[in-house]
Amino acid sequence: MVNLSNYRHFFKSALLYLAVLLIVIWTVAPYLWLIISSFSYRIDLLQVPLQWIPQRVTLENFQGLFFSDGGTNENAALFLHSLRNSSIIAFSATFLALTLGVFSAYALARLRFPGSNASVAMMMGAQMLPPIAMVIPMYVLLRRFNLLDTHYGLVLVYLSFILPLVVWLMRSYFASIPSELEDAAQIDGCSRLGALFRIILPLSGPGLVSVAVFAFIAAWNEYLYAFILTTADAKTLPVLIGEFSTKLGLEYLRIAAAGVLASLPPVILALVFQRFIMQGLTAGAVK
Amino acid sequence: MRSEAPTSSQPPRRGSGLLERLNPKSQSALGLLLTVPTLIAIFGVVLIPFVSSLLLSLQRRDIGRPQLDGFVGLGNYLKLLQDDRFINSFFITIGFSLISVVLELILGIAIAMVLNQRFRGRSLVRGLIILPWAIPAIVAAAMWQWIFNADYGALNALLTQLGLMESYKVWLADPTAARALIILANVWKETPFTVLLVLAALQGIPQDLYEAAEVDGATAWQRFSAITLRLLLPVIMVIGFLQLLWGLQTFELVQIITNGGPASSTELLSLRIYAQTFRSLRFGYGAAIAYLTGLIVLIPAIFYIRAAYRSIVEY
Repeated sequence: MVNLSNYRHFFKSALLYLAVLLIVIWTVAPYLWLIISSFSYRIDLLQVPLQWIPQRVTLENFQGLFFSDGGTNENAALFLHSLRNSSIIAFSATFLALTLGVFSAYALARLRFPGSNASVAMMMGAQMLPPIAMVIPMYVLLRRFNLLDTHYGLVLVYLSFILPLVVWLMRSYFASIPSELEDAAQIDGCSRLGALFRIILPLSGPGLVSVAVFAFIAAWNEYLYAFILTTADAKTLPVLIGEFSTKLGLEYLRIAAAGVLASLPPVILALVFQRFIMQGLTAGAVK
Repeated sequence: MRSEAPTSSQPPRRGSGLLERLNPKSQSALGLLLTVPTLIAIFGVVLIPFVSSLLLSLQRRDIGRPQLDGFVGLGNYLKLLQDDRFINSFFITIGFSLISVVLELILGIAIAMVLNQRFRGRSLVRGLIILPWAIPAIVAAAMWQWIFNADYGALNALLTQLGLMESYKVWLADPTAARALIILANVWKETPFTVLLVLAALQGIPQDLYEAAEVDGATAWQRFSAITLRLLLPVIMVIGFLQLLWGLQTFELVQIITNGGPASSTELLSLRIYAQTFRSLRFGYGAAIAYLTGLIVLIPAIFYIRAAYRSIVEY
């Protein structure tokens, strides 16, 4: 009898670990293959049958992205340029959206004013509009104001999905902070805005961080708008990777290296702020 | 859980503080002051394009032949009804999205159930699961494109080395295989979102419900269907509609992996819009497809918003 239950227990936990192993393989293996490829020599990767663990590794695919080899290769210049564009645009859009969004999120969480309900509805609606339907009029508008292929243009366009996200998430975060804290501060002589800056914002650290991480990842990873609204000057990293993969064919190793580098910021942010991300996702989707 | 639910699920308390009750006028002035900049920004980058795209869709705007430009009313929309490639795109998009959502839900719930068990390295695995969600979709697309490559791709290598296949296949030349593979790539990318939300929701189910059910002699499946699934249903609905909403908008994943081919068999509406607008330069017609796509997306969006509110109220 004891033996039987031991077996059962062993069988159950073996099954559990098998399931976990399968989950890890399914989740990580394709991306791991991208990383392995990025450190491989071209000739090794084109072997049939394929070697899964490379016998030797190289950094040349990464070097090729940063340093041009012998002047014939402009990939390096393109890569550095788009890396710079992506950084500028993602940081600016995140900063601008947080600056604007935090105040209105606070107002919508705490204050009663005419149009507050309509504002909430409008922002929720804005979050739902599909970029593919918005991109044509945005193209027409940006062209009219000479903002096509500029940092300014793309930052403005990115506000269309980041700003509603910031307001939505921060609003539910502010609402979870007891308003008695502000009442107390106000009784002690703080103005409403003073209470926001001295009491609420310092308490909202984790919320602000998670929203900033969300906004940055969304802006950094965005492809469709950048693909259509930029051509050269403001081209972002995802657009460059897209071009690499449609034009270069077997230059896959460059794409792999660029892909690994482009995914580093969001992956590191996501792993470091994993708990905040989970809270943010839950709050964003169901609250 | 149920008994404490009301306190945690009340709508955000607005204006419950001492001072705003005393001074409603300054409250609304401040509220407007804080909100107007955001409203202006949203108006500029969301509402104006939204309305102007409607107007654009009612016009003929053809960069190729500008002499024919003008207002055509519903002409573009009527033309869509007879456009075989649009109808093809429509059904491909619906099929792609629905199959993706069903797989994402089944797989996501199953993975979340496993990751909710106690095992060594659980927090590490929970951290890794976020990976496909975090990497840029375009990187995922380039990655899968290479994995599916006919001559050197990892998929062919794996299947032949495991002995499941005799020789390499040109996967993306076959319509059915191409459709299946873009769904595979999409499910890989989107499932982590479902896993994370289901995991979060699972924490809210009180453990004693399961213990009570076990005492009553319920089987594992009965416990799963009667407790887990039933309590998760509102959250699952929310996730499902949200995933459907996103599935209908998929662009870069398919643009890179198949670019709509072979023979339009994976040409989603988003790719059709792109081709009509920015390749054929028929802006009015492209805007009409885009607007119709927007309306299709609106259906899950409305359900999503309703389900999201209901899940707050019921939870």
